[in-house]
Amino acid sequence: MTAVDAPSLVLDVRLRQGTFSLDLCVRTTARTVAIFGPSGAGKTTTLDSVAGLRHPDAGTIQFGSKVLFDHLQGIDLQPHMRRIGYVPQELALFPHLDVRQNVMYGTRSYEGSEDARHVFEILEIDALLSRRIDGLSGGERQRVALARALISDPTVLLLDEPLAALDHGLRDRILPYLERIRDKFSVPMVYVSHAENEVKRVADWVIVLDNGRAVRSGTPADVLAG
Amino acid sequence: MSELLQVTGFTVLMATLATLVMLPPGIIVAWLLARREFAGRTILETLVTLPLVVPPVATGLILLKLLGRRGPLGGFLEVVGVDIVFTWKAVVVAMAVMGFPLLVRSARAGFEQVDRRYEGIAATLGARPLRVFWTISLPLARRSLLAGALLGFSRAIGEFGATVMIAGALPGARTLSVAIYQNAELGYDTAALSLIVAAVAIGFVAIHISNRLGTAT
Repeated sequence: MTAVDAPSLVLDVRLRQGTFSLDLCVRTTARTVAIFGPSGAGKTTTLDSVAGLRHPDAGTIQFGSKVLFDHLQGIDLQPHMRRIGYVPQELALFPHLDVRQNVMYGTRSYEGSEDARHVFEILEIDALLSRRIDGLSGGERQRVALARALISDPTVLLLDEPLAALDHGLRDRILPYLERIRDKFSVPMVYVSHAENEVKRVADWVIVLDNGRAVRSGTPADVLAG
Repeated sequence: MSELLQVTGFTVLMATLATLVMLPPGIIVAWLLARREFAGRTILETLVTLPLVVPPVATGLILLKLLGRRGPLGGFLEVVGVDIVFTWKAVVVAMAVMGFPLLVRSARAGFEQVDRRYEGIAATLGARPLRVFWTISLPLARRSLLAGALLGFSRAIGEFGATVMIAGALPGARTLSVAIYQNAELGYDTAALSLIVAAVAIGFVAIHISNRLGTAT
């Protein structure tokens, strides 16, 4: 673990669930943090804790000056108060709403607003807006989920294995969208993956998680060398 | 023929009103049982199921004691000028109480089938719990809710014991079950048979739709 002054991200999560326990303590100033590790390492549990969908037993979760969870101070913000843009692995696009209703769900601004247009343009979803969710391809679904999270104007974007369900061709097509999000939006990103090449391309800080413990952390070049 | 139309029309109208009356509390109770842990949850669950196993006549007598002029609720209602016992309103109350457990069971199963991930992600997008319920949970459980409402409606159509106790058999306010019983008692078998056909037809259609909705869920 590397401690850095004035961290923009504090992830100090201790959580026990059945036989699994998560004990993670990371502080970093990095803007795009990847949590890297095998299945069952606790990556999704970590993101769920940040989003407020699981409640750690102890610790602190903080982005910049915003404290989302602090066990000692008794702070545990409700999910709707955290302003998190969460794209879970299964995407969880609302099946009873069309694309337009999905992407606009988390915002009060209208479809023609500058922010919305910006997101539509970056993710190229203008042509999808009137479509039903069950008629979208895998890559289209991924872009809609990303747009929905971005339009809600989040303080942090959580992406859980965003490319894992896609075939190689689609991965290569979606990865540039993720890089564009990183470069064009000033929103910190926590990116969960077990694919080394994705982490190297997207993240500027990597936490290696194994069996609920952060075993290493640092820049991708240092941590994933070789 | 006029008796058949009058009794069938009255029964369908009362059962529809009873369904509308039981729907809001039924949905709330079903959601609480499906989604919340709280003290007394098992007691609430048992109370909701009770009308399914207690003899309907006993349920009717309990309602009569509660809603009668000397009853705790009836006394209050009389003060505010509402008379329920032995009026059409009593028919609605009896039907709603007897149909309530079936509505709750189906609606609860519907809410339990809604993937919690949708509700969680909606919350992370800034939706407060009431908005999550209204825009995610309720629409995704709608088929089960409709199936439950139709089951409750079907039970209301067939209601007899509680209705007789609390509403009697007032002329012009007789349900299918009460009219069938009276005609059979008086030996008017043909009239009773035509009423039975009407009751079976309505029940068949309602349960058939309910089952189709349940299967589709």
